[in-house]
Amino acid sequence: MSAVPSLGLTNSSVYMPQLLEIVDVRVMSAQEKLFTIELPFSTSLMHKPGQFLEVSIFGLGEAPISISSSPSRSVHAFELCVRCAGMLTRAVHQCEPGDRIGIRGPFGRGFPIERFKGKDILFAPGGLGLAPLRSLIWEVLDDRNNFGQVTILYGARNPSELLFRDELDEWAVRDDVELYVTVDNPDADWSGNVGVITTLFSNLRVSPRNTVAVTCGPPVMYRFVLMELLGKGIPEGNIWLSLERRMKCGVGKCGHCQIDHIYTCQEGPAFSYAEIRHLEEALR
Amino acid sequence: MLLKILSKSDLPDAVERLGQRYRIIAPMLHEGQTVFKELLPGDAPDMEYRTTPLPPKKALLPPREELIQLQSTNGESRLEPVLDVQPAVLLGVHTCDLHAIGLLDKVFTEGVPDQHYINRRRLTKIISLECLEPCSEHSFCKSMGTLAVPESFDLHLTDLGSDYAVEIGSKAGLNLLWKFFTIRDAGDDDYARLNKAMSEKWSRFNYRLDIDATELPGLMSLNYADELWEELGQQCLSCGACNLVCPTCFCFDVQDEIDVDLRSGVRTRVWDSCQLARFALVAGGHNFRIRRGDRLRHRFMRKGKYIQEMYDRPGCVGCGRCAQACPVDIKPLDVFNRLAAGHVNQSEMKKEAIV
Repeated sequence: MSAVPSLGLTNSSVYMPQLLEIVDVRVMSAQEKLFTIELPFSTSLMHKPGQFLEVSIFGLGEAPISISSSPSRSVHAFELCVRCAGMLTRAVHQCEPGDRIGIRGPFGRGFPIERFKGKDILFAPGGLGLAPLRSLIWEVLDDRNNFGQVTILYGARNPSELLFRDELDEWAVRDDVELYVTVDNPDADWSGNVGVITTLFSNLRVSPRNTVAVTCGPPVMYRFVLMELLGKGIPEGNIWLSLERRMKCGVGKCGHCQIDHIYTCQEGPAFSYAEIRHLEEALR
Repeated sequence: MLLKILSKSDLPDAVERLGQRYRIIAPMLHEGQTVFKELLPGDAPDMEYRTTPLPPKKALLPPREELIQLQSTNGESRLEPVLDVQPAVLLGVHTCDLHAIGLLDKVFTEGVPDQHYINRRRLTKIISLECLEPCSEHSFCKSMGTLAVPESFDLHLTDLGSDYAVEIGSKAGLNLLWKFFTIRDAGDDDYARLNKAMSEKWSRFNYRLDIDATELPGLMSLNYADELWEELGQQCLSCGACNLVCPTCFCFDVQDEIDVDLRSGVRTRVWDSCQLARFALVAGGHNFRIRRGDRLRHRFMRKGKYIQEMYDRPGCVGCGRCAQACPVDIKPLDVFNRLAAGHVNQSEMKKEAIV
C-alpha cells in the first residue's frame, strides 16, 4: 500500500488505558477531591507540569484531567484533583482507596520550565486552575535556587472553594514565596482579600523583562488577567496559560479540542500568549 | 505507466474469486440507491454509479467501531484492544473519495499512530474507478483538484466501453491482478483508447469555483468575521447531516457500551459532528462554539483552510454530498463563491486604491 507508511500490523492501541490503583482520596472542597494513584513497578509518570491524562471508568467514558502533582513529587504515585462535574467525574468521586481506574497519557505539551529558569515567576490561578498550576508551583519550589522571586496570586469564588488549603498555609509562611489569596464572596470567618483575582494586581510590582507569568482558570477569567499582565509590561511570550478544551482522545485525532487550525491536546494545553493571540477561537 | 486490459465480461468472475479471500465493499444498488456495501455471494457491483449518499470512508472509519473490550471475571477486569484482522477489497472508489482517503491516511498515521485505522487500512486493498462524467449538480471536483487520481490506489480502472484499462498502483495491486483477474497486456490501440477517453473526459467537467483552490485558505482567513456565517447560522438546523455524508470528516466521539450483565462491554468510537451543540462543550458547562453560526463557520474553515494547513491536503474534495444532504440547501460551492465574489470586489477596490 503506497499511501500509508509501513507501520506493521500491531495489537496495541493508543486508546488502551492502564488500570491503576487509587491509594488515597482527600476531600478538597464540596466539589473537588484529590486522588493519589499508584504507578506500577515504582515507575515515574515522566510528565511535564501542564500535561494531562485521560481518566476513565469503563461504562461511563473518559475525560481529560490535568496532573496536579509535580514531576518532582510523582515517583511511584501521582495526584489528580477532580471536580465532580459530570457522569464520569461523579463516579470517580465515589472511588475509594483500593479501586482501580483507567489512565492513559500523559498527553499534550506542558509548560517549558527550562525556559523559566533564572526568572521571577508569577502564578495567577483562579478556582480549579490551581490544580494544574500546583504541579508547576512545586516543580519550581523543589528547584527553588534556579528561580527568582516566586509570587502566587490565587482567587476563588468563596473561602470554602479554596483548594490545597494546607499547602496555601505552607506557602504563606515560606519567606521565599509571596502568596496573595482573594475570594469573590467572603463568609463571616474570612479576613483576607475580597474581590476578583485582578484586584490582587494593583499593588503588585514586577520587573517585567525578567518575569514569567503563568495563569490558569475559567475561560472568562483570561481576558481580565491578561490585561493586567500585559499592563505590567510582561512580554507576550512570557505569559503562559493553560487552555481548557474537550480533549476527548488526547492524541490529535477526534477534533473536539480544536482551536482554529490547531489541536489543544497536541500543541497545548500550555500556550504562551504570543502563540495564541492570533488565533480567533483561543480566548472565547 | 504499466497498463493492463480487463474485459468487462471478466469482472464478475474476478469479483467472485476475490470474494473467496476478501470482504468486498463495493457500490451496489440497494433500495433504489447505489450505496457502498459488503458484497455477498451472487451480488454484482454497480460500476456505472454516479455518486453514493455516504462515501466509502465508512469501510475504513466505520460509523461505530469497537476500540477496547472489557471482560470481568471474579471481580478482575481485563481490557483488550479490538483490532480488525479481516482483509478487504474496497472496489469502485471514485477519485474524490480516494483523495479523501489519502487525507484520512495522513490524519491517522501522522503524529500518534492510530492502530485501529492503520490495521484496517493496511488490510484493505483499493480498486478505484476513473470518473468520466460529472456525477451530480453539486460536485466541483475539478476545481478542488480531485478529479485526477491520486497515487493511493492499488488498482485503478478506467471504463473503455467493453473493457477496463487497469493501472497498477502498488505491489499488492499487482498481486491481486495476477491472482484473481483474467487480463491481457495493453496494445497500442488500448493506449489510444485510454488517451481518447481521458482527453474527452476533462472537457465534460467545468471549473465551478470562481477562484483557484490554492486561494481558498487565504479567502477563508479574510472572511473569518464575515456576516455570512451568522446569516447561514440562522438557517442551519444544526443537524450534522453535512458531517455524516462528508468523505473528509473524521471527528469522533468515544462512548462506552456495557452489556446487561455489567461484566462485559466495549469502548467504541462513533462519528461525531462539529455542528451539534455539545461538540465543544466542556465539563464546567462552557461551550466554545455556542452559536450555530460559529459551528457552521468552524466547519467551513476546516474544509477551506484548517485541514489544508494541518495536513497539506484539501479539506474539501468537492464531492457535493453535503449540498445534496443539507435540508436547508447550504452548499459549499455557493458559500465559497459568495465569499470569492466579495473578495474580487475587494481586490478591485484595492487596485483602484493603488491607481
